[in-house]
Amino acid sequence: MTTNSATPSASGIANAVATRKLSAQDAIDAALARIKRHDQVLNCFTDVTADRARAKARAIDAAIAAGNGAGPLAGVPFAVKNLFDVRGLATRAGSKINRDLMPAKRDAALIERMEAAGAVLVGALNMGEYAYDFTGENVHDGASRNPHDPTRMTGGSSGGSGGAVGGGLVPIALGSDTNGSIRVPSSFCGIFGLKPTYGRLSRARSFPFVFSLDHLGPFARSAGDLALAYDAMQGSDSDDAACTARPIEPVTPSLSQDIGNLRIAIAGGYFQKNVFPEAVEAVARVAKALGAARIVEIPEAARARAAAYVITTTEGASLHLDRLRKRPNDFDPAVRDRLLAGAMIPAPLVDRAQKFRRWYRAQVLELFRTVDVIIAPATPCVAPKLGQVNFVLDGVEMPVRANIGIHTQPISFIGLPVVAVPVPLEPMPIGVQIIAAPWREDIALRVAHALERSGVVAAPQPRGL
Amino acid sequence: MAVDPLDDYIDASSKALALPVEEAWKPAVRANLEVSLKLARLVDEFALPDEAEPASVYTA
Repeated sequence: MTTNSATPSASGIANAVATRKLSAQDAIDAALARIKRHDQVLNCFTDVTADRARAKARAIDAAIAAGNGAGPLAGVPFAVKNLFDVRGLATRAGSKINRDLMPAKRDAALIERMEAAGAVLVGALNMGEYAYDFTGENVHDGASRNPHDPTRMTGGSSGGSGGAVGGGLVPIALGSDTNGSIRVPSSFCGIFGLKPTYGRLSRARSFPFVFSLDHLGPFARSAGDLALAYDAMQGSDSDDAACTARPIEPVTPSLSQDIGNLRIAIAGGYFQKNVFPEAVEAVARVAKALGAARIVEIPEAARARAAAYVITTTEGASLHLDRLRKRPNDFDPAVRDRLLAGAMIPAPLVDRAQKFRRWYRAQVLELFRTVDVIIAPATPCVAPKLGQVNFVLDGVEMPVRANIGIHTQPISFIGLPVVAVPVPLEPMPIGVQIIAAPWREDIALRVAHALERSGVVAAPQPRGL
Repeated sequence: MAVDPLDDYIDASSKALALPVEEAWKPAVRANLEVSLKLARLVDEFALPDEAEPASVYTA
């Protein structure tokens, strides 16, 4: 594994295309060639939209040749988790059942915004069924495979997004995060991922999972590319009831600002339990680079994770109730059985989880009066082997699936913005969460950028790709 | 062997919701339900005042 990335960056492609050193068509052809060469192993793509991408690239080149301005993402190839609507494709959301849907008539809002900035959609990406997954495995499409070791998980549920960016097939991918589905694949695949504040980015025309917890966001190989994509996608949208009416707050201009004035702390207690040595090492390296020594306790984090679990399983069951009745044999059995159980949770317990959520949010916001950034593990371990059921920690055998997201769930539960940054440990990378107060994506991205410049975090280039 | 109340609950609630739960699926459904209820109990045990509002507050 080397951190000297051979993968072209989004900003590098956009600059080269804007200055006519590279045509958008060549940039897209190169991406399509990388996908063709490597996806047979990685299994990240479920659809490659080559014709559409080439037509869009030709249009960009023609516009630039005519003297029209190039967008900030001109000619940058990107791909989306297959729960985003892509015009002409059925939005499968990792399922067998959704393949029977009519093809989408219009792209998801975030695809439209990326393409308005000059980016070029090259395909749709593998994911765990209906996003109820932390592994990146899929019984219908096969597992997406980790670019650093194809015998290991990408993490999920945005597994194809993590693998495609981690493997350098595309510089930017979009995914969703309900309980950790951007941050977990970022950690396992050694890349940067942004889960914005709940409500910041429009979810219009994407297939939902848990309305009150669903977020969409980008993956990239640097904080700068993450910021470029994020800025291109901001903005209110009346087609998503949860989308904020706040004005756009671009983060790219402030990315290099000094972080010396920020109060940075390490999450203690719950976040220091049930972690493997590699997660401890990754947090220690990041803390040292940031000069962070203060430890803060996020109150009732275990209960927050439990409440997120309850809301997820019940809202998810509600979403799929009719499909569970009519087509139970067409689900991944593991997903079906979780959803069936979720349908049987009594309503008062769900109501209490939502009440607890408000209490917990107030406590954590109070904590952010004394701190600007909290760092915590993104995952308790590096990517497990595909199909691995248990791992042993401190002599105790624990189920893999249930424990991969234990450190991400208490954070997304109240919609805090997080950048997952990759620490390039050998032989496998692992991520750390950079957590900020609501609407302060700028701070989390500045810290990620500073860590990148210090050399402590970087997206490693996979051997063999 | 005595029937576990949770098995009875699964039978009753699946009937009430018109959800098909085949015999072969029951052990996994039950295992998931046990985990969900255990975590729900953790939330339930946390004392909240009667005035506590849920996170999702409706606005007219």
